[in-house]
Amino acid sequence: MRILVCAKQVPDTNEVKIDPKTGTMIREGVPSILNPDDANALEAALVIKDENPGTEVIVITMGPPQASEMLRECLAMGADEAYLLSDRAFGGADTWATSATLAAGIKNVKKIDLILAGRQAIDGDTAQVGSQIAQRLKMPVVTYVEDIKIEDKKAIVHRQMEDGYEVIEVQMPCLLTCVKELNEPRYMSIGGIMDAYEQTITTWNHEDIGLSPEACGLNASPTQVFRSFSPPAKGVGEMITGNTVNEIAGTLVSKLKEKHII
Amino acid sequence: MYFSEQNKMIRKLARDFALKELTTEILDQVEESGEFPQEILDKMAKFGFFGIKIPKSLGGAGGDHMSYVICMEEFARVSGVASVYLSAPNSLAGGPLLLSGTDEQIEKYLKPIITGKKKLAFALTEPGAGSDAGGMATSAVDMGDYYLLNGRKTFITMAPLCDDAVIYAKTDMSKGTRGISAFIVDLKSEGVSLGKNEHKMGLIGCATSDIIMEDVKVPKENRLGEVNKGFSNAMKTLDVGRLGVASQSIGVAQGALDEAIKYAKERKQFGRRIADFQAIAFMIADMATKLEAAKLLVYNAASLMDNKQNASKEASMAKFYAAEICNEICGKAVQIHGGYGFIKDYKVERMYRDCRVFTIYEGTSQVQQMVISGMLLKK
Repeated sequence: MRILVCAKQVPDTNEVKIDPKTGTMIREGVPSILNPDDANALEAALVIKDENPGTEVIVITMGPPQASEMLRECLAMGADEAYLLSDRAFGGADTWATSATLAAGIKNVKKIDLILAGRQAIDGDTAQVGSQIAQRLKMPVVTYVEDIKIEDKKAIVHRQMEDGYEVIEVQMPCLLTCVKELNEPRYMSIGGIMDAYEQTITTWNHEDIGLSPEACGLNASPTQVFRSFSPPAKGVGEMITGNTVNEIAGTLVSKLKEKHII
Repeated sequence: MYFSEQNKMIRKLARDFALKELTTEILDQVEESGEFPQEILDKMAKFGFFGIKIPKSLGGAGGDHMSYVICMEEFARVSGVASVYLSAPNSLAGGPLLLSGTDEQIEKYLKPIITGKKKLAFALTEPGAGSDAGGMATSAVDMGDYYLLNGRKTFITMAPLCDDAVIYAKTDMSKGTRGISAFIVDLKSEGVSLGKNEHKMGLIGCATSDIIMEDVKVPKENRLGEVNKGFSNAMKTLDVGRLGVASQSIGVAQGALDEAIKYAKERKQFGRRIADFQAIAFMIADMATKLEAAKLLVYNAASLMDNKQNASKEASMAKFYAAEICNEICGKAVQIHGGYGFIKDYKVERMYRDCRVFTIYEGTSQVQQMVISGMLLKK
């Protein structure tokens, strides 16, 4: 079985800072990491590999050349092959253009039985790319997967709901988007790190994956970010203290009245 | 400047592992129980920490000395005792086997310590032979089919937890260092007994005891290396050992500096942060500068070893300086914490105790001075 994992390199912070002048994200000084949900997707693939010897795990990403560092980390965790889709023409892509590029890359990798993606990336939080890839590859997709079992040519998965989960049986090849409840990603290993630098990361540009420059990046993005801003910082909260619940509730009500909220 | 891409990624892994696994709750528990959790040791083995610089062909990860230094540093930054467990297979336990082991000995003893299935102790020191290792009294008499060992080894790190030990003993009592041979001794053999667990000041969680041998029969095939060549095996092992203690020292010192900076920024007296007082601020500047100097000595020694250069002097310098300034930095970190630094709730209390042995074990600071000056003043 060949399992492909879609990964994204993201800034290591939940509090992305926006340059107020340009409206773009400040990347300087922010270390990059493997997107957390994608780490869960990779772990799921590696668990299947542990249980089914002969399974191959392939990682693919679209990003600048620096994203190869993240791919090496994936190799150091136990992935077998890594592909980097990198080209100036891919720049400025929205989710539509990103999924077009990734889908073209995945077609080029060939013979994939299962695609795992993270639920969403912590920088964009769109949760669209995984499903769009499935659409473009004409594969069934199950989102928010928190448990995976492989039986023959089928995957039996638990799809996370607010108040429980659905059990879904899906024919492979298919695409699953993974949530953090699925597993705890493993560490890299020292030997894995040593090996990762001896392995080749295959880099493809738009020609390699058969896309014209018009079909990718900013040119192929129907949506564009109009404006980004950091929400103004909230003031310090106030803790109300008192000896009894009644006293505390009384203070709260009078404060709310003071501000004409009630 | 000193680090390869692999080195940088290994630091990321070691830091991530140390911070996630060695939580305050677990470390407090280790201090209280005196025992280190086996699950963490199993994980360390699983992710390759026990064979960092052991070649792949022998079952290790195939890393370099720098990778070893980095892992020691990142573990010691969080827990001194965890770094002792990390160092053993890579250094004092693995070292003698890597240097002199036969294929059979590597298979039987080195591989299981890399996978964490077995533990091996390094036994050189005796009650009457500390810095003067040549003055050891443990004897190994060739009885034809086997060697007969008699004697007592002292302060043996992890002895109560180990399956086997590399024991250095005199095969020629008439000679000093040139009469020493090395043996791999099964600690369950008849005639082997252990002393009581020592009550140590620091590095709690890694039992240390004496190993006593009374007419212990050691099979011929368990001699490690050539007859009367054991001292050189021990000294070469200790060269790498020194690099390990030097790395521990910069790790613990970094941990203490981190805590001191954090506390100096939080603690308010006379209406401002104590960090705003020059007396504290300059202490921090001194600590950070000396730590940086120590790091460069350690990285330099590791880099020389990785380039197959003789690094005996540089490893001694790194161990000497890093251990001394680690004690100074931990002392100042406690001072900056004031009364709270004397209380076990604060991390610097443990670091202050843990680091005290760094200027003592694997060659005291004074022995390092002998090594360094001896090389400079050679006739």
